[in-house]
Amino acid sequence: MIYRKALMLLAATSILAGTAGLAAAQDVTLTIESWRNDDLAIWQEQLIPAFEAQNPGIKVVFSPSAPTEYNAALNAKLDAGSAGDLITCRPFDASLELYNKSQLADLTDLPGMENFSDVAKSAWQTDDGSATFCVPMASVIHGFIYNKDAFEELGLQVPQTEDEFFAVLDKIKEDGNYIPLAMGTKDLWEAATMGYQNIGPNYWKGEEGRLALIKGEQKLTDPQWVDPFTTLARWKDYLGDGFEAQTYPDSQNLFTLGRAAIYPAGSWEISVFNTQVEFEMGAFPPPVKAAGDTCYISDHTDIGIGLNAKSPNAEAARTFLTWVASDEFAKIYANALPGFFSLSSQPVEMEDPLAREFVSWREKCEPTIRSTYQILSRGTPNLENETWTASANVINGTETPEAAAERLQEGLTSWYEPQQGN
Amino acid sequence: MSRARSSPWRSVAAHAALITYTAIALFPVIVIVINSFKTRQAIFRSPLSLPDAETFSLVGYQTVMTQGDFFLYFQNSLIVTVASLFFVLLFGAMAAFALAEYRFRGNPLMGLYLALGIMIPIRLGTVAILQLMVASGLVNTLTALILVYTAQGLPLAVFILSEFMKQVSEDLKNAGRIDGLSEYRIFFRLVLPLVRPAMATVGVFTMIPIWNDLWFPLILAPAEATKTITLGAQIFLGQFVTNWNAVLSALSLAILPVLILYLIFSRQLIRGITAGAVK
Amino acid sequence: MTVQPASKKPIRWHIAVFLAPALLVYTVVMILPLFGTLQLSLFRGTPEAQVFVGLENFRTLLGDPRWSASFWNALWNNVWFFIIHMAVQNPIGILLAALLSNPRLRLRGFYRTAIFVPTILSFVIVGFVWKLILSPIWGVAPSLLDLVGLKSLFAPWLGKEEYALTTLGLISVWQFVGIPMMLIYAALLAIPDEILEAAEYDGITGMAQFWKIKLPLILPSIGIISVLTFVGNFNAFDLIYSSQGAMAGPNFSTDILGTFLYRTFFGFQLQIGDPNMGATIASMMFFIILAGVCLYLFGIQTRLRRYQF
Repeated sequence: MIYRKALMLLAATSILAGTAGLAAAQDVTLTIESWRNDDLAIWQEQLIPAFEAQNPGIKVVFSPSAPTEYNAALNAKLDAGSAGDLITCRPFDASLELYNKSQLADLTDLPGMENFSDVAKSAWQTDDGSATFCVPMASVIHGFIYNKDAFEELGLQVPQTEDEFFAVLDKIKEDGNYIPLAMGTKDLWEAATMGYQNIGPNYWKGEEGRLALIKGEQKLTDPQWVDPFTTLARWKDYLGDGFEAQTYPDSQNLFTLGRAAIYPAGSWEISVFNTQVEFEMGAFPPPVKAAGDTCYISDHTDIGIGLNAKSPNAEAARTFLTWVASDEFAKIYANALPGFFSLSSQPVEMEDPLAREFVSWREKCEPTIRSTYQILSRGTPNLENETWTASANVINGTETPEAAAERLQEGLTSWYEPQQGN
Repeated sequence: MSRARSSPWRSVAAHAALITYTAIALFPVIVIVINSFKTRQAIFRSPLSLPDAETFSLVGYQTVMTQGDFFLYFQNSLIVTVASLFFVLLFGAMAAFALAEYRFRGNPLMGLYLALGIMIPIRLGTVAILQLMVASGLVNTLTALILVYTAQGLPLAVFILSEFMKQVSEDLKNAGRIDGLSEYRIFFRLVLPLVRPAMATVGVFTMIPIWNDLWFPLILAPAEATKTITLGAQIFLGQFVTNWNAVLSALSLAILPVLILYLIFSRQLIRGITAGAVK
Repeated sequence: MTVQPASKKPIRWHIAVFLAPALLVYTVVMILPLFGTLQLSLFRGTPEAQVFVGLENFRTLLGDPRWSASFWNALWNNVWFFIIHMAVQNPIGILLAALLSNPRLRLRGFYRTAIFVPTILSFVIVGFVWKLILSPIWGVAPSLLDLVGLKSLFAPWLGKEEYALTTLGLISVWQFVGIPMMLIYAALLAIPDEILEAAEYDGITGMAQFWKIKLPLILPSIGIISVLTFVGNFNAFDLIYSSQGAMAGPNFSTDILGTFLYRTFFGFQLQIGDPNMGATIASMMFFIILAGVCLYLFGIQTRLRRYQF
């Protein structure tokens, strides 16, 4: 037993030495808490070395956990005081709650914050915008990624309008070689995020509808909020066999193996798909109702990074955060992870063609964020989580669009005052 | 299987039932292992066929080996499991003996108190436990995990062991007392050997959830040096979820060590059980 | 029971010595933290300003339709989960143990070992493996059914509201059937040969011997297994969580008390954790399990005859 312990200690020290390099004793080590375990290699190989080269004396360790456990594990660690120095921030209320509990530090006057627009910062601010508590890192854009080879083979054009979209789906289905849409409902969030929040902004006119809902001027039972569900319900016929049990990785595999033609996507897929597909990919924004309509896209502020208020290394951590706010970070990050778009006000040059396609929609379409994220998911029942279930139900055909909308509205009205007035 | 049937028929039926169930039990494991040796395309095209010269591939194992130190994770899991098991069995048997053997005021109450722990998932106490470990400087040590698992395993161990200890013959113990043995000797020399089958059973019961726990390693000891194999595998699965070669290889690697450990241990387990029965 | 000779001694220090280590570790690491959590069910408010509200949270959980619908749904699902285990796992476990306990059976070591293998696998692996096998995309289950000409029977079970929970129950049975098997096996082996020989002498053999002689003798073990199954099922969480996620889809059809508690207590995605309501659910689980265990301890166990060999 003692021998084993000694062995283990040895192993432990060698690992520590390995990550810390030839660190001197007075060095500060910063630990980053994150749910992005996909990005581990990018942090270790590109971001951290770039920072450490300029800041001798500060070492950084990226310590991710699985996305599903992140919130629970982080909260427990923050409550007990064993969390890392730097906290990767979910947008809006989850992080606001941490700030209100004084677990995230105020970063309003952090040098570098001026590089971000108010819209970019809004995901990590108090409701009145007086305090900012996370440095915005990236946003993700929704749309559809398609198999260009398959489209050429079947002689298909990229759809602009919804009718064209369904005509394309019909043709793919008729041909029978490809599953028209790679999406499943098993994991629920796919249906809500890649489905409802993807196509929805065209119906509720982006920010206009989202803000009206927050003010209580629109209801989820209004046509602009029910119609996306109605359209989603039509997707059912174009999904693969057994889509009810198809998981998110299943969908990804269906598309990357070339068995499906269109993938309702978030831009974060780009880096994953790039390494796996053997065909050419293209992308198109959510189709509009009629040709010439203004298009709206979901350009969602998704990830930021903040400072643990109880960090003993606040000074070094602020230095790191200022670097995260810099152009240099934005450039490395956006190119290492095509599909995570920098929120910096300065435009960042990107090389990946698919990422450039996605980001080009910012010029012709009106951007908005996911409708359920700000304020509306503060109560019980939680609107975002309910929307997951509702979207899956609607596609599965176990609930009508109207009934789903009715249920969501009822849940929201039960706790959200502005919705109770009218 | 009526009495009228002859013995060979019964034996055939018994084998048929057991083989069917064995197949059901092993099938998923076998599917994972054989597919971990195939190329990505072959995994999808023909999941049930064995790898051949054309479809054989070790790319998954290569990915796993270059990511994370699975050997260290395995060693951590082993240390935590063995140490917790030892304390659960020792402390649990001692307490069970006290409850089963002696009449004293508060005995039933004590039994109920010790059984409380079976009824609430210890996960709920997470924040308080973490605070305790932070205060005592045990975060990111294997000791923290061993403490939690010992506490977690005790209620069930006491519950089952005291049940079995009540079955140990009174005459034997009284004979020991007449011979002048102390209560400690009666426990260690007479009673413990007799409840070995129960100890083996409790051991297996206790070992499995400890080995497989994801939650406490994640909260109490997520550092690279103290990661357990289950946590390592989970993080790996999250990271490579669409890379099926890597996923299936990681699953195989997570299954095989436990399997080997179990195969070694199961002989002891069965020997313990049968030794008790043969007396 | 004979009179305990030990009860004559005035102070029996050895009792304290036997109990102390277990009591200490258990109380400090488990009971105190747990009760620290459970008492939250009587409070409400922010972490800094907790206000005592008595049983108000329980009234919300059982009376407010927003909470009670989820609660009753989770409770009913949990009961169904338990029924599946009692109706499938334990009979299969007893059957397998009975078959294995035949000393003339060949290969029994192999069977015993093989059938126990799923029990040693972690939930992470079990959830993942079965998701893969039942996946309509990968197609192991459909092609297997095709082999026996029953492909039409295949459905995306884990994604259908009406089948998902039952499927998960059966997966859980698959995983844990080794435990009742082992316990019953041990109990069957512990039956003295003299009793069985006497029975055979009286002409009681085969099935009749099992029903009339062995079954009554192993009833205490079956009792323990049932109560362990009950406790295990009402504390279950990991399998559902690892295969269906914290939202226990589709449409909460696989939501059991454990997943409901997890979502509420720790929060999930945008849902912020509510320790007070979480503790309330935990307390309800505690009371349900306590009631079940007391029923067993005082209602059933005392009536089961215990045999000392």
